[in-house]
Amino acid sequence: MNANVNAIGLSRDVYKGAATTLCAGCGHNSITNNLIKALYDYGVDPYKLAKMSGIGCSSKTPAYFVDRAHGFNGVHGRMPSLATGAKLANRELMVLGISGDGDTASIGLGQYCHMMRRNVDCTYIIEDNGCYGLTKGQFSATADRGSVLKKGQVNEFETIDVCGLAVELGATFVARSFSGDGKQLIPLLQAAFSHKGIAVLDVISPCVTFNDHEGSTKSYNYIKEHHAVLHTADFIMGSAEITVDYEPGTCTEIEFDNGNRVLLRKLEHEYDPTNRIEALRTMHEARDRGELVTGLLYVDTHARDLCDRERLPQTPLAHLREDDLRLSREQWSSLMESFA
Amino acid sequence: MSTVNDLTIRAATVNGSGSQSANLVLTNAIFRMGIPVAPKNVFPSNIEGLPTWFDVRVSPQGYQCRSREIDVLIALNPMTWHDDVPAVKTGGVVIYEESYARNGSTQRDDVTYYAVPFAKLAKEHVADGALRKYFTNMIYVGVLAHLLGVESAALEAALRAQFKRKPKAVDTNMDAIRLGMEYAASNLQKTDSYTLERISGKTDDLLLMDGNSAAALGCVMGGCTVAAWYPITPSSSLCESFIAYCDRFRTDAETGERKAAILQAEDELAAIGMVFGATWAGARAMTSTSGPGLSLMAEFAGLGYYAELPGVIFDVQRAGPSTGLPTRTLQADLAFAYALSHGDTKHIVILPATVAEAYELTMQAFDLSDRFQTPVFVLSDLDLGMNLWMTHPLAYPEKPFDRGKVLDAAALAAAESWGRYRDVEGDGIPYRTLPGTEHPLAGYFTRGSGHDENAKYSENPDVFRDNLDRLARKHDTARTFVPQPVVEDAGHRVGIIAYGTTHHAVVEGRDRLRDAGLETDYLRIRALPLTADVTAFVERHERVYVIEQNRDGQLHGILRAELPAELAGKLHSIRHYNGVPIDAGAVVEPLLSAEETLFV
Repeated sequence: MNANVNAIGLSRDVYKGAATTLCAGCGHNSITNNLIKALYDYGVDPYKLAKMSGIGCSSKTPAYFVDRAHGFNGVHGRMPSLATGAKLANRELMVLGISGDGDTASIGLGQYCHMMRRNVDCTYIIEDNGCYGLTKGQFSATADRGSVLKKGQVNEFETIDVCGLAVELGATFVARSFSGDGKQLIPLLQAAFSHKGIAVLDVISPCVTFNDHEGSTKSYNYIKEHHAVLHTADFIMGSAEITVDYEPGTCTEIEFDNGNRVLLRKLEHEYDPTNRIEALRTMHEARDRGELVTGLLYVDTHARDLCDRERLPQTPLAHLREDDLRLSREQWSSLMESFA
Repeated sequence: MSTVNDLTIRAATVNGSGSQSANLVLTNAIFRMGIPVAPKNVFPSNIEGLPTWFDVRVSPQGYQCRSREIDVLIALNPMTWHDDVPAVKTGGVVIYEESYARNGSTQRDDVTYYAVPFAKLAKEHVADGALRKYFTNMIYVGVLAHLLGVESAALEAALRAQFKRKPKAVDTNMDAIRLGMEYAASNLQKTDSYTLERISGKTDDLLLMDGNSAAALGCVMGGCTVAAWYPITPSSSLCESFIAYCDRFRTDAETGERKAAILQAEDELAAIGMVFGATWAGARAMTSTSGPGLSLMAEFAGLGYYAELPGVIFDVQRAGPSTGLPTRTLQADLAFAYALSHGDTKHIVILPATVAEAYELTMQAFDLSDRFQTPVFVLSDLDLGMNLWMTHPLAYPEKPFDRGKVLDAAALAAAESWGRYRDVEGDGIPYRTLPGTEHPLAGYFTRGSGHDENAKYSENPDVFRDNLDRLARKHDTARTFVPQPVVEDAGHRVGIIAYGTTHHAVVEGRDRLRDAGLETDYLRIRALPLTADVTAFVERHERVYVIEQNRDGQLHGILRAELPAELAGKLHSIRHYNGVPIDAGAVVEPLLSAEETLFV
């Protein structure tokens, strides 16, 4: 195999996009770079990729990777409905939604919730910095209670835990990670690509301009001090051999519909990501301790996705023509007679 | 003297009492006698308990609009008894529940009363209390059938059509009808003048259908594969019909796979978002709603206009503002839909007036939406959408879909370059590619923010203005593609302009005006933007009356704003907006009054 191309024969350059227009040091740029690597290594077909986003700093990022894929920067908080429509129209598309904490948890909370319960086959990345960047640093709904803004305002309101909510609402793949932890983020992204159903990744991504100061719970320093990693993750493509070393009994293997696997190696505690109650308990306890717990929090590889629940044919609806969709002349005549 | 086949029957009942089936059977039976019918259901926003009225208009001319005159009243609602009786015209008939007291406004000497012990009859014949109310309604059908002369065979056929899937119900209901007929034959002495007689040549080849079903069939035959909706009266039955047709005609009997995705969304914002996601990905998609839902769709409508996304949006109009009267009809969303969203936004709006148009113009809406890569709004209303209308059988489409300017991989390979928002032909319509197209040039970035002709983000002042100008050019191009007006012009001095269901009142109104000595010409607008015919029509006439069902004269306003300024003075506005469908009197009276006071 040519060392400069991936499994589908494309070079890494194909996975790049326009130059970022975000601030230097923005966590979102790290996510983009990790995403480019994840997409390249996974061998995602750019022609099948649909990059969807809403509005905000986060939602600009689809312009910064896989230039030749179609992208859609919609309206604020409404990416889920656009992504749902696109997937229904063409189920062959790999839908990748990118949103932010304001876009998801404030203005877009309704659509987010309903996308979770519909189990739309889509990777949904939340670039989560707890504030509004483009409008200069106001709190968003994922800001932790007690977190302090640059100008000193304290958030008096309870945070919305987008991962807890997703689990509660029936999402089938829920993970949390940190923009600076590519070692964990990349395999989780690839696991998300492999999952048939909604795959949410809440990626804490510090805003260097408005939310990276003392008192913020989404700053680089705070995360460094409060990051609790559940498990390490290794992604294994198809039937590839497992090359990582691990001690027997320390590892949980999750196999997805397409045969890809993710290996989760336990660190301090046992963690079963297929247990919904444990996932919720873990998130609540971490929040009480002020910790950022990361890893694959919950996964259910057996649930049917929206297209299957809707009994859609394998041929994308967008490809159907007159003969597929119209009644025959005979059917039409008898239908008209039934009205008489 | 007898009045044959020319009357309006009003059933005044309590909502939730099952009178709808009885009314439909009565309508259908009369129609089966070859007599033209026009039923109007005036119902409350309520499931059970509030008053409801169902008018069956019968006219030899086949007028389809509501009649203001009530000839025969079936009074089965004690709550409205005192208001219902005075509404009956002199010489009319009141069939009423025997136990109601006749006094005050309910005691008239210019109408014929027939007292029927409906409750007692039902009690004697039906043990089950829940079924009894349904039975009562069929008894009045029987009483009417005897008094007016509705044929038993027609009633049986109508029952069979009404209860297709419940053959047992046909017998039970026919028993109730017979009971009513027999009671009337033995106990009522007919002294009124009304009769129904079988005729021929008036309803040949016609059938009865509602506009929402017809629009749903337009979606099926127009190739719609994705529908997203949020339940709202009076549009719900459009999507529900689409579901039923897709279950029946698009579903593989073996696999259960259905060639349509129909999703009940969490709200109208999500519904229209799903539509645009689907059309962006290449499917034909629609949503149906009514006024409050349309308000919620405003932001996405702007995205659709500016990012140039197809999508068909049905607005089955009801009476607004706000929640308004959810079960009553108006044409008051026209100006809002036309410019829906912030910024300089102008949409294509389709205005069907008949069931046939609800079907045909829906198919055309999908073509226009793809051709112009823009949302197309189909403005129906409660009257068209939910009432039954006589129509010719809907025609099988002979044309393939027009998917517009879409570049596939082969076309991209042949092209040297392309720009998503580049105006190649000067018609303002750019080319698009669909996700999934296997060519390195295919991908582009769709956005609601400022963009250049290559879909790249741009804040350049010239680029921004040029793009708005191109969108205006595209809107101008649409003038020759949208459904053109229907014009009846015999060179008279006075013209009438109307659209949508107002048409049916204009048809009867023009006949009455002719009888009164005023000949008129008529132009019926079927779409916005305005077409050249409209300007020419106004130019040719001394005075033009713009008739519509809203308070502010919304089409009148659009015409004054968009036609050449010197024509504005010729336009006169006539408006009807109480929530019940417009009748011919609402056309004739203000028009004659204006002619007499202003111009004679």
